[in-house]
Amino acid sequence: MNMNRRQFFKVCSAGLSGSSIALMGFSPTAAQAEVRTFKLARATETRNICPYCSVSCGVLIYSTGDKSKNTPAEIIHIEGDPDNPVNRGTLCPKGAGLRDMVQSANRLKWPEVREAGSNEWKKISWMEALDRIAKHMKADRDANFMAQNKDGVTVNRWTSTALLASSAAPNEAGYLTVKMARALGMTSIDTQARI
Amino acid sequence: MTNHWVDIKNADLIFVMGGNPAEAHPCGFKWAIEAKKNRKAKLVVVDPRFNRTASVADFYAPVRPGSDIAFLGGVINYLLTNDKIHHDYVKAYTNASFLINEGFTFDDGIFAGYNEEKRSYDKATWSYQMGADGFVKVDETLQDPRCAFQMLKAHYARYTPDVVQQVCGTPKEAFLKVCEYIAETAAPNKTMTNLYALGWTEHSVGSQNIRCMAIIQLLLGNMGMAGGGINALRGHANVQGITDFALYAQNLPGYLAVPTDAEPDLKTFLDKKTPKLLRPGQMNFGQNLSKWYVSLHKAWWGDAANKDNGFAYDFMPKLGGASDVLSIFDQMYQGKINGFLCQGFNPLASVANKKKVGDALARLKYMVVMDPLATDTSEFWKPHGEFNDVKPEEIKTEVFRLPATLFAETTGSFTNSGRVIQWRWKAADGPGDAKDDTEILANLFLKLKEMYAKDGGAYSEPIQKLTWAYRIPTKPSPEELMMEFNGKALADVLDPKDPTKVLVKAGEQLPSFAMLRDDGSTTCGNWIYCGVWSQAGNNSARRDNSDPSGLGQTLNWGFAWPVNRRILYNRASADLSGKPWDPKRTVLKWLGDKWGGNDIPDMRPDAAPDQNVMPFIMTGEGVGRLFSLGLMAEGPFPEHYEPFESPLDTNPMHPKNPKARANPAARVYKGDMEAFGTAKDFPYVATTYRLTEHFHYWTKQSKINAIMQPEQFVEIGEELAKEKGIAVGDKVKIRSNRGFIKGVAVVTKRIKALDVDGKKVHTIGIPIHYGFKGATKPGFITNTLTPFVGDANTQTPEYKAFLVNIEKA
Repeated sequence: MNMNRRQFFKVCSAGLSGSSIALMGFSPTAAQAEVRTFKLARATETRNICPYCSVSCGVLIYSTGDKSKNTPAEIIHIEGDPDNPVNRGTLCPKGAGLRDMVQSANRLKWPEVREAGSNEWKKISWMEALDRIAKHMKADRDANFMAQNKDGVTVNRWTSTALLASSAAPNEAGYLTVKMARALGMTSIDTQARI
Repeated sequence: MTNHWVDIKNADLIFVMGGNPAEAHPCGFKWAIEAKKNRKAKLVVVDPRFNRTASVADFYAPVRPGSDIAFLGGVINYLLTNDKIHHDYVKAYTNASFLINEGFTFDDGIFAGYNEEKRSYDKATWSYQMGADGFVKVDETLQDPRCAFQMLKAHYARYTPDVVQQVCGTPKEAFLKVCEYIAETAAPNKTMTNLYALGWTEHSVGSQNIRCMAIIQLLLGNMGMAGGGINALRGHANVQGITDFALYAQNLPGYLAVPTDAEPDLKTFLDKKTPKLLRPGQMNFGQNLSKWYVSLHKAWWGDAANKDNGFAYDFMPKLGGASDVLSIFDQMYQGKINGFLCQGFNPLASVANKKKVGDALARLKYMVVMDPLATDTSEFWKPHGEFNDVKPEEIKTEVFRLPATLFAETTGSFTNSGRVIQWRWKAADGPGDAKDDTEILANLFLKLKEMYAKDGGAYSEPIQKLTWAYRIPTKPSPEELMMEFNGKALADVLDPKDPTKVLVKAGEQLPSFAMLRDDGSTTCGNWIYCGVWSQAGNNSARRDNSDPSGLGQTLNWGFAWPVNRRILYNRASADLSGKPWDPKRTVLKWLGDKWGGNDIPDMRPDAAPDQNVMPFIMTGEGVGRLFSLGLMAEGPFPEHYEPFESPLDTNPMHPKNPKARANPAARVYKGDMEAFGTAKDFPYVATTYRLTEHFHYWTKQSKINAIMQPEQFVEIGEELAKEKGIAVGDKVKIRSNRGFIKGVAVVTKRIKALDVDGKKVHTIGIPIHYGFKGATKPGFITNTLTPFVGDANTQTPEYKAFLVNIEKA
């Protein structure tokens, strides 16, 4: 079957410019055999970074949909970003399997609580979870906050609740975490980076 | 990394010790291969195992786990005895000529000032001799027996090739061959890059392993050079950024000192923490501490931080004592910690001595896990057969588990190991009700703030006054947060040389930390990141990968801290007159009126060479330190100490001094010393390691990784296998004095027995990646075995050298 240019675009979805299709190296006739490429050509490409080791390889994430408001996207493919000067499009066996991490069967989907002495998880709402956690934190802080040490020096610290922070979180989350923790007076803080 | 990933391609020698990048950092390791291919660079690997990096090396030498300082001390001795050093560099750019305090001594493994009871040093004599002019005394001839150069020589004269063989088990010929490779890079136009990872840090002497390399690279003149430097191959994709933001107790963002009880007010704090100028005319860049510190308080507390209240100095909690992951779990174990917020961290698996960590968690009142995945830690209370043998009814901890998003579901920046900050974009929403960490924390914080406003309670002014000018308060955006930590001008920033000139207008984003002021007119949440979001916009999102330098600098890709500089100490890549040591790899050169070249100068841009401003601008001396003063816990020169669990009863360097057997300054808690095993019961050395198919305890949750490496195995040498009657595929049980794990035996030629101090020493390799939660076959947690003791400086646990026994299961 011969397609003209117009029919070709209709088939491989709207929204792509002719020049980018040409850049991908196939013309309408050759394209008929390129089933996998078609799927990616319809997908939205997002630039991100592999979260595993500190080479921090650039990745391209392909998802369904066009990021319109209220259209949920599904990640269908992840590969190396050829523009990234460090990895130049390559990924290792870990990075090449990133889609399976995003779609891991063990992803958490809702807040849960395990009550004292219980042997099971119970699904709870965000509101209940945050409410209960905040009450615990405030009670512990109010009971154990040290305004002055035994020599009368103002120290304003709260050591009895600890925080261990993630090294997989972006800088912005890290910054907000440390800002909030210090404002609460926390000093029992550490990160994965140490180990 | 002092340099960066792509820069590895510029090396003449790639020396890998304490790391295995072919396995653990494959896409970064490609630059080592490029160097081999295009520059005929050599790759030399020293490791207990003939690992994947060794398999493509030009030369490999084995070493006993935990004996790296003996090996590297031997290298230092070789370079000094054979005069293989870069003389001009050593004389001008290091403290070789500086005279050391007459009171400083070293006696049979112990430095001056040791207090055995406290396991720590009074470091008063670990200092320079000061002249009447207030500056350090120097002897430019390097002949004075008290100059750092002569003292270094004397200290390492004991580390002969025979001693290296005796302590490390490395055959003398192999050791000497490695030395020859390294020595070649003493030529001014030759460079060695050093790649290391957790194989150096995860020892009770971890930091001193790296100090040895710092000394070697200074002697060879390899710091600041393209293809040189000391390059830590770090863990997670943003472990560098999270370290920079100081998500730990002893620093504040940008590695600022944290106030302690000994500094009751801002003035005392700044007087004590600001480094003093030690040699005339040096930059002593740390003198700007007040500007960085005050700008941080302004970023956090705005108008509430002002001149009258010491910029809200008391809002910042003062650190009362050690507070690292080991001390936190020890305090939890003792019942001194009641609550625990666990963000994207799996300590039950990743911290030493799983039993102690599990028992500690069971003593909490509440624990909050924020994670994209169901981690082992979140189910420490749940029975998982022999892998997690617990009784839930006895565990009273209330555990909350909150779903967080993964990398693909958030926007924001990561900082790679080469300090390059790169922006990432969100591709999809997280599953179900998952939220970003920022949204979870903001909600929690705002709730607490509201409760304090309504009900009162302990000192809440720092909470109420914390700046929170986010468009949606419960969802601070990554753009708002980056703009905030970059910092801005609150009033016009004037040129100190000409106050009629406005450098930055009030309200504008700051272009660099040079604009920070200590009068309250600027904000900055992390001074080393200043410039990442200037008036030009988000510089971390820049994507021009052109490289006119040919060195791989790509100055317009992302943004490197500090001030987009790609190679630290780059002034040292040129000689005293400003000419590059190797014009083919010019990083920096003096252009007659300013510094220029292929990087942002690590130097005052207009400091002419004849002003003698030295390249190590962060030190008060301006030079690199062969003698590290009082900065390290266990001494100004690294000394070999045995691992806490060692196959040897004594330290062969100090056989008659039991105090110097293991690191004399390492902290050991009550109960943990007793939990160390001895060679009598546990005759084999164990070392943990990583596989290319897995990332820590994370990818076991991912199906494809689980298919590639489905279950725990244990690697042993052929000789030991034969002795113990263990065949490939047998199930084996490994015991330490803290517990046991089981795994499948893999018998290889890769780990050979070594002859150490007249004794045959076998090493067992144990991959770390498994646990009872995930897509991999449910199994034991390797850290059931490891000892609860850390490096004396960083408290990073000694995962890489401990004792075990092995039997068929």
